[in-house]
This record gives sequence, C-alpha cells and structure tokens, in this order.
Amino acid sequence: MAVGAEAIFGDSVITTKLDSAIGWARESSMWPYIFGTACCAIEFMSVASSKFDISRFGAEVVRFSPRQADLMIVAGTISYKQAPVLKRIYDQMTEPKWVISMGACACSGGFYDNYTTVQGIDSIIPVDVYVAGCPPRPEALLNALAEIQKQQLKEESILKDRVNTEFKGELDA
Amino acid sequence: MHENFQEKFKDLYTKDSDGIYVLDKDDLHSAIKCLKDEDEFHFLVDVTAVDYSKYLYPKASRFCVVYLLRNKDFKEIITIKSFLDDQTLEIQSITDLFQSSNWAEREVWDQYGIKFLDHPNLKRVLNHQGFEGHPLRKDYPIIKGQICNETDDLMDEMIPRLAKKGYTKHDDLMFLNLGPAHPASHGTIRTFVALEGETIVSAVTEIGYLHRGFEKSCENHTYNQIIPYTDRLNYCSAILNNIAFAHTVEGMLGLTLPDRAQFIRVIVGELSRIIDHLVCLAANLVDMGALTNYWYLYNPRETVYTLFSKLTGARLTNSYMRIGGVAHDLYDGFEEDLNHCIKDIEKGMSDALSLVEKNRIFHDRTQNIGVVSAAEAINKGFSGPNLRASGVAYDMRKTAPYNFYESFDFDIAVGSVGDVYDRLMVRFEEIRQSISIIKQAMNKLPSGDIIVNDRAVSLPAKNDVYNSIEGVMNHFKIITDGVKVPTKEYYRAIEGANGELGFYIVSDGTGTPYKVKVRPPCFAPMSALPEMLEGGMIADSVISLGSLNIIAGELDR
Ligand code: SF4
Repeated sequence: MAVGAEAIFGDSVITTKLDSAIGWARESSMWPYIFGTACCAIEFMSVASSKFDISRFGAEVVRFSPRQADLMIVAGTISYKQAPVLKRIYDQMTEPKWVISMGACACSGGFYDNYTTVQGIDSIIPVDVYVAGCPPRPEALLNALAEIQKQQLKEESILKDRVNTEFKGELDA
Repeated sequence: MHENFQEKFKDLYTKDSDGIYVLDKDDLHSAIKCLKDEDEFHFLVDVTAVDYSKYLYPKASRFCVVYLLRNKDFKEIITIKSFLDDQTLEIQSITDLFQSSNWAEREVWDQYGIKFLDHPNLKRVLNHQGFEGHPLRKDYPIIKGQICNETDDLMDEMIPRLAKKGYTKHDDLMFLNLGPAHPASHGTIRTFVALEGETIVSAVTEIGYLHRGFEKSCENHTYNQIIPYTDRLNYCSAILNNIAFAHTVEGMLGLTLPDRAQFIRVIVGELSRIIDHLVCLAANLVDMGALTNYWYLYNPRETVYTLFSKLTGARLTNSYMRIGGVAHDLYDGFEEDLNHCIKDIEKGMSDALSLVEKNRIFHDRTQNIGVVSAAEAINKGFSGPNLRASGVAYDMRKTAPYNFYESFDFDIAVGSVGDVYDRLMVRFEEIRQSISIIKQAMNKLPSGDIIVNDRAVSLPAKNDVYNSIEGVMNHFKIITDGVKVPTKEYYRAIEGANGELGFYIVSDGTGTPYKVKVRPPCFAPMSALPEMLEGGMIADSVISLGSLNIIAGELDR
C-alpha cells in the first residue's frame, strides 16, 4: 500500500531521499578531467576508445577545463616540477570533486624512487581511489570509476561538504 | 672519413682505448668546427658529460664533456671528449655551430653543473629553476627530492625573443600558456606564446615536467633491471626502447645474437614502430578535428596489445628483451594472431586514408604548415620520420643495418617539403613498409635459440637451477651482481620509432652501469619548436607539435 504522495498521485511520482536522487544523477554523469602525464595516460586512451568504452559508465564527457569537471584522473608520474600545476588545477575544480590516482607512479612514485618524482600525489592533493598497476589495465580504471559511483550513491550527502578542510599537502602553505 | 681533422689536430689529440678522441678543452671548439666545415660532420648526435669521481680507474680530472657527431651520409660516427678544469668547470659552447647543442648543453649544465661559455641562455632545462645542486653528479643522493612551489613564468626568455622581433612586453599582445596540462600538449609539454590576434609572435618551450630521473636510476640497477625503465622512455613503442638498450649492452659485450632472436626483434620491433605511428597519427588527426580517425587508427593498437600480452605478459610496458636475446619464444598461434593484427592495421589505415588522403580540409590544414627544410632539420638534430619528411633519407636500418635489416626489401619513405603533411604521410608509408618487413621476417624466421647460450650473460635453464648447485649459483650471481660488462665507453643506436635512439654507456666492469645517457630522438626537434610556431596561427601550433610526435617520457627521461 502506497502512502503519502504516492497514494495520491499514483505512479506519476516517486518519493525518495534528496541525497539518493542527487547521488543517482551524479553517478551517471561523471565528467572526468584527465591529468595525463605519462604511460598511464596511454592506457587511459584505451579506456576512452571503443573497446573498453568509458561511456558505458556515463563518464565519456572528458573535459579539459577543470571548471567543468568533477572527477580528476591523475594518470602518470608527477614530478616536483609538475606538482604546483597539479595542485592548481585541482584547486580550480569546483566542489564536489573526486580524485582517482591511476598507476603506481601517481599512488606512490612507483619505481621512480628518486630526486625528481613526488612519492605519491596524496602528498599534494587528497585522493579518493587508488588504482594499482604499472600501468593498470583499463578494467582496473573502470573499476575505480565504479567504486566512486558506489560512494556517491551510498555514502555522500549534500548536507556534508565534500571539501576536505583537514587535508594539508606539501604545497599547502 | 675525418682526414682533415686528423691532419690538423694530429698533435693535439690522443685516441683512447675506446676509440674516443681526447682533446684539450681549449681546442674542442675549433676541432668540432673543423669536423663540421671540412670533414662534413653535419649532424650532432648528442652532448653529455661524465663525472668520474667514483670511477674505479683514475682519470685526468673529475668531469669530461662528450660530443658525438655523424658525417654527411650518417654512416660514420665520431666521439670526442675533453676533460675540464675542476676549479672552473668551463668549456666553450658550440651553439654557434649546431642549433641542437643549445638544449643539450643546457641539460649538461642542469645535470652536471658544467658551464658553457657564450651559451645564449644557460639555464636549467629538466629540473625546476629552484633546484639546488646537480643531480647526476655522483655526490648527489639519488633520493634527495626538492619541492617546487612555483612554476617558472618564462618571461626571462620571452622578453629577449620579443625584443628581437621588435616588440616589448607592453605591446598589445596576449600571453598564453599551452600546457603543461593541455589536451593537445601530448603529455606535459609547455609552450608559452605571445599572440597578436591569432598569430603567434613569439614562443618559448619549457620541458622537464616528466623528468623522472631515468639516468640516475640506471646507476643503481643492474643492466637487466634497467630494461623495465627503458619501457617507459617512449611508452608508445616500449619494445623498441628495450631493443636499443639491449643492443648497446650487447655491443659492449661483443655478443652476436642467435639468428632467431634477431628475427624476433625485427618482428616485434616493427610491430612497435607501427603502433607508435598509429598513436601519433590518431592523436594528430583528432587535434585537427578528424575524430573518427581516432577509432580507426587506435583500435588496431588494441589487437596488437592482445598479441603483446600473450607474448610478453603486458600490454604497454613489455620488457620483452634481455641482454643477449629475448625473454620468451613466440607462442603457439603467434603467426595467426600476427596476421590478424596486420589485417586490422591495414583496414584501420585504409579507412583513415579514405577520409583524409584526398580531403581538402586536411590538405589545407597540413600542407606548408610547420615547414622545416632539410638543412635546418639536420642542424637542429632531427632524425627518423621527422627528418625523412624533410627529404633526408636517413634511416639507421639502411645506413648501419643491424639484426639482418640489410636482407629485407623495404623502402625509406621521404617527404619533399618538410611540413606537417609530409610528416604524417611519411608515417603512413612507414607503416606499410614495416608490415612488409614483418611478413618477410615471418617467412624467413629461423629456428634455434632465442638468447645467447653464455653462462656469463643469460640465465641457466630452470631445470639446472632446481637440480644442480652450479645452476643455482650461476642464477644467483647473474641476478644479484648483474651481467658484468667490460670497462668501456660506448655509443650505439637503432632506428627508434621517432628516429635515432641511442645509448651512451660508461661501464666500470661491474654489473651496474657507471653512467647511462639516452639519446632521445625527440629532444632535439622539441627545441626547434618555437621557431616552427612563430609567425603561424595558434590552431596550427597544435598540429605542428603533434606532427613531431613528442613523447614526454623519452623527452624528459
Ligand atoms: S605507473 Fe607505470 S605505466 Fe603508469 S606512469 Fe608510472 S611508470 Fe608509467
């Protein structure tokens, strides 16, 4: 037996939580910004092309303006020289925003344990999902995307700001 | 031959055991000038330096600078070096002779702290401007990172460039950064331009955003451990980098590979060349707005990835070579998969060509854009398809054949103008030639070993490792100590997908190289980019850059 609005209006309405409705909408239209610097970016090309086809997950609208994107995919090695650029672009993205760290380099510096490579981008910006691999297979990246979609649907609330004020990276003064 | 040089400088040089001419630093500039003007050594391959402070054998002084040059027909190579005064660390710049030495010398300054007198702009090129110290010096700790807080504004380079053209920075110009995070910047290249309307008045390029310390990392890994690092130089054609590195080390060891190993190298190497060209063409056509071609040209790559995964275990970063041969033999059904790949590549290519070959828009966008003449291209250090597009038939597979390339029937594709159109069309044709080479190699593929049977180089069979103490020890020694390479300084190159891809290796007789320097084919063309762009439209800058096929991994190392 339907109660409330559904009892009065029948099938023409559904009641739900605002969070679920927004989560559902967000989940189906992530707009990624590809911060592709190295080999992992070539694997992203595979993810975007027809065999793996990221559009099956509603995330094919790749934006190269950070202001139009809500998902940053960091694909590749980040050097100290690159780090301020990464941070600046992350800061330019509007809330709410998510970050996938793709590949060993972005996650931990990978096998570049040396004077020029940032040992994990989470020392610069906050990261939501890490993807292992050097490079990760396209399926692994798609899995990370699905992981973020799950978070959006289940855990996010518009009442809670996604701005992570606690995060202090190496470049935050 | 270099008789004029030998004649003129006979009292001034000594020739060391590696065949390298050693000259006093004050004679170096005139020696190189003589080689260039009188002996027709027109092509500067590379400039690098060596820090001998931890070398096992004493040397005249701590640092030396090394120059590699090729003669007019590209067949002969000469290596010259000069030891520096430890107090001053100075040497005369050769930028007045070779344009390509500009960035090469900046790199030596950046990495070793050697000053080149009269260099027009001696500033860091790979590391950030706030970096202190010189990382390739032996006393610089490998893990000592230095945080960079700010990006260089490049005005110090822009203002003099503008002044040369009669502008000041207060003129009504628009300054714009293309990159380092820009979809068309192919990775991480930054071009800073001054615009008047849509015309580029002046441009400055900055690289180094993907500098990841390859050369320093090589100094604490054994030779075989370096192979995975080489994958990530030009990651669009990882196997060719593996081959180039292994080929150099094998040259130092004086090894001749079994025929089958060489043929396998040809087959997978050419396949890598094809997929490298495919990604270059696909990306370039997208940059022009011809999006459909991306799928036509990129999807065959997926077919090749499938084959590579079966053969090497990885799609992109294959690490398929070993010193002395290849890692595994071809699998059952390889030929069938290969034919399938070739069919897909041919189909993708003909589909793409049917859209662009006679397409007016394509012609208008690419012809006479980004023109580089043959003489300029040589002086600027171009090689590979970029040089051939300018009409110079230099291909290492013909000038210095290795792996039986002399026995294959194939043509060198050359352009006539040296514009974007030629650079793209040369790549299309090279794909065809590579397919033909692969087919010939498959027909002639001999049986036999795939790696040299030399217990100082290759691992013993698994059976011996498990069942005999000698086998275990042999295995253990090769893995932990590495392949021992005789004391030598040596340069060798192959035809990479982008051009001459060479390694200059200094060995002190141990299993770890003392120094490795890559000669990345796209470093020199990159330094020539600003001149290509100036005077052109902003939209053309994107395709001019794309047509050079700059791969940040090998550019910045
Ligand atoms: S994780 Fe591996 S594949 Fe990815 S950028 Fe780093 S080195 Fe390249």
